[in-house]
Amino acid sequence: MDWSNFTPIAAAGGGVLIGVASLMLLLFNGRTAGVSGIAGGAIRLRLRDLDWRLAFLGGLVIAPLAWGKLRGDMPMVEITGSLGLLIIGGLLVGFGTRLGSGCTSGHGICGMGRISVRSIVAVLTFLFVGVGTATIARIGGLF
Amino acid sequence: MRALFAAIAGLIFGLGLTISEMVNPAKVLAFLDIFSGAWDPSLMFVMGAGVVVYAAGYQIIVRRRETPLVEPHFSIPVAHRIDPPLIGGAVIFGAGWGLVGLCPGPAFSALLLGGTPVLVFMAAVVVGMVGFEWVWTPLRSRANA
Repeated sequence: MDWSNFTPIAAAGGGVLIGVASLMLLLFNGRTAGVSGIAGGAIRLRLRDLDWRLAFLGGLVIAPLAWGKLRGDMPMVEITGSLGLLIIGGLLVGFGTRLGSGCTSGHGICGMGRISVRSIVAVLTFLFVGVGTATIARIGGLF
Repeated sequence: MRALFAAIAGLIFGLGLTISEMVNPAKVLAFLDIFSGAWDPSLMFVMGAGVVVYAAGYQIIVRRRETPLVEPHFSIPVAHRIDPPLIGGAVIFGAGWGLVGLCPGPAFSALLLGGTPVLVFMAAVVVGMVGFEWVWTPLRSRANA
């Protein structure tokens, strides 16, 4: 365990905000706050359905910049993998989330929050594979 | 109207990803890499808190409503079968997530903070999604026709 970097309160606080935001999108817009689903839908380029998708994704992009400006200290984004690894990872994430109908937000927060068995199975699967892949990648010296 | 509420939801969501440090791939990999000897379980609390809040709000507020506030109807997934695309997709996504430490939400929030690596990652995500939408799905429906 790495106790020096253990931040359960900040993590839970962030989780509460994520839950509130997802609930808001459901209550006002009637939509599941699944980022891969919202982005994948935007890629279909149906104009009637594009405005709220781009607005939500824009909010995601801008929030950390606004937070960083207010605090005078930009949030850390540390990536150690090679560009090749990033390309392979990105292709897998893009295709896999669409094939599996969701990611950490859609299945992990919204689906699990509705006690959807499909989402619980998906979350257990991608967590299990994510842990396995990260372990193998570290041992293989990929990052 | 609906775009305004979506933007506010996106901002709050992005703030949550920022405060919890899910925008930082190194933090995510330290969570996924449970056997490293320096496991950081923090991010369990993100999903835990998010699910509890969402579940409570869903049961108490949303389920009693016929319609959402600014749209004519709810668009909630109705699929319930555990099928090969669900499992296969989750396996493929999990592999990509474990390689880089970025899933779609944090990738958007890190987009303008992570320099070229995040832009490259996001471009690949979009290519993967376009491949699903415009290549895989048409091929599947032709095979099933």
